[in-house]
Amino acid sequence: MFDYLANPTRFRAITAVILPLALAITVLALTFGIYLAFFASPPDYQQGDSVRIMYIHVPAAWMAMLAYLAMATSAVFYLVWRHPLADIGARAMAVPGAGFALITLITGAFWGKPIWGAWWVWDARLTSMLILLFLYLGYMALADGFARSERGSKAASLLLLVGVINLPIIKFSVDWWNTLHQGSSVLRLDGARIDPTMLKPLLVMAVAMLGWFICISILRMHTALTERRIHAILAREGDEY
Amino acid sequence: MRDSPKLRRGLGLLLILGALALAALLVLNALRDYVVFFYAPSEIHEKATPNRVVRLGGLVVDGSIQRTGDAVRFMVSDGAAEIEVIYAGILPDLFREGQGIISEGKLVGKMFHADSILAKHDETYMPAEVAAILKEQGIWKGQE
Repeated sequence: MFDYLANPTRFRAITAVILPLALAITVLALTFGIYLAFFASPPDYQQGDSVRIMYIHVPAAWMAMLAYLAMATSAVFYLVWRHPLADIGARAMAVPGAGFALITLITGAFWGKPIWGAWWVWDARLTSMLILLFLYLGYMALADGFARSERGSKAASLLLLVGVINLPIIKFSVDWWNTLHQGSSVLRLDGARIDPTMLKPLLVMAVAMLGWFICISILRMHTALTERRIHAILAREGDEY
Repeated sequence: MRDSPKLRRGLGLLLILGALALAALLVLNALRDYVVFFYAPSEIHEKATPNRVVRLGGLVVDGSIQRTGDAVRFMVSDGAAEIEVIYAGILPDLFREGQGIISEGKLVGKMFHADSILAKHDETYMPAEVAAILKEQGIWKGQE
């Protein structure tokens, strides 16, 4: 199946159908989600209106981790099966993924100041999230750091796989160690600790961010494929003269 | 499939990642004491050597807050032990009786001299109206 999808022409044809669908879902979910998050949901009993930061912060954190997992999966397909499309995919997802990690850290600081009394602390959750951002930046630097791009792709893919160990550390840091950051409210074994009126905007925003991520990744992959084709054509013409 | 390059690359990768995961596990286990962000009142005496800056975490004991001028004194408990904290400075909005807090400072004798106090927020999210109704009906279990 992966060999079937790894054909760039077929990939373009399939994603050309997915793209408008994902775009429609993104626009709808984002409009509805922002309305819910900022106007139609109640203030929290302790945090007041600061709770609204969570509707950006938490989905962005989920997406930062999901994007990394998707990139690491692509890296396996690149390293073992040598599919160039898997490498193009990982490179395409790196920038939006890093963006999500950055948004998580910035919105977290804005929430931390009024609630905790500090913009930043070096507890396990915050530190491991910062490491995730550095992994993204390291991946991008490594992938583009070689004159021959395949060498960069190989080294960067290995870095991605090594960094996967950080994902469970981020997720479970609040359970394994004492942290200032609170434990999970949604993804916990004994059920969500969050009121349905607040869970709804959170999940709608998560759908919006996932949709946006799919759109931007497909667009970036299409751009990369076109770029490769231009390079190939230019190289061929160069031979003729 | 025997001795195919894909299989070899796949197995090689698995081996490297397995070794790395094991290494990470060992490192994290070794660092367990240092990764914790704060100590509880029952362990602070063994962890805090004089003049070492440490963090103390626990719940503010009900009725223990005394304010004198700029300074505030209160007890912090983890259910097993209590310790008195003294602090002068800005307190977070969520600071109150029963609240989980984390304080950075030094242990002086039996007292904890705090340099900063942070409020720890729990994982419960609830609309203000729901909290008000729960309080009215007397089934409120959370903090004030």
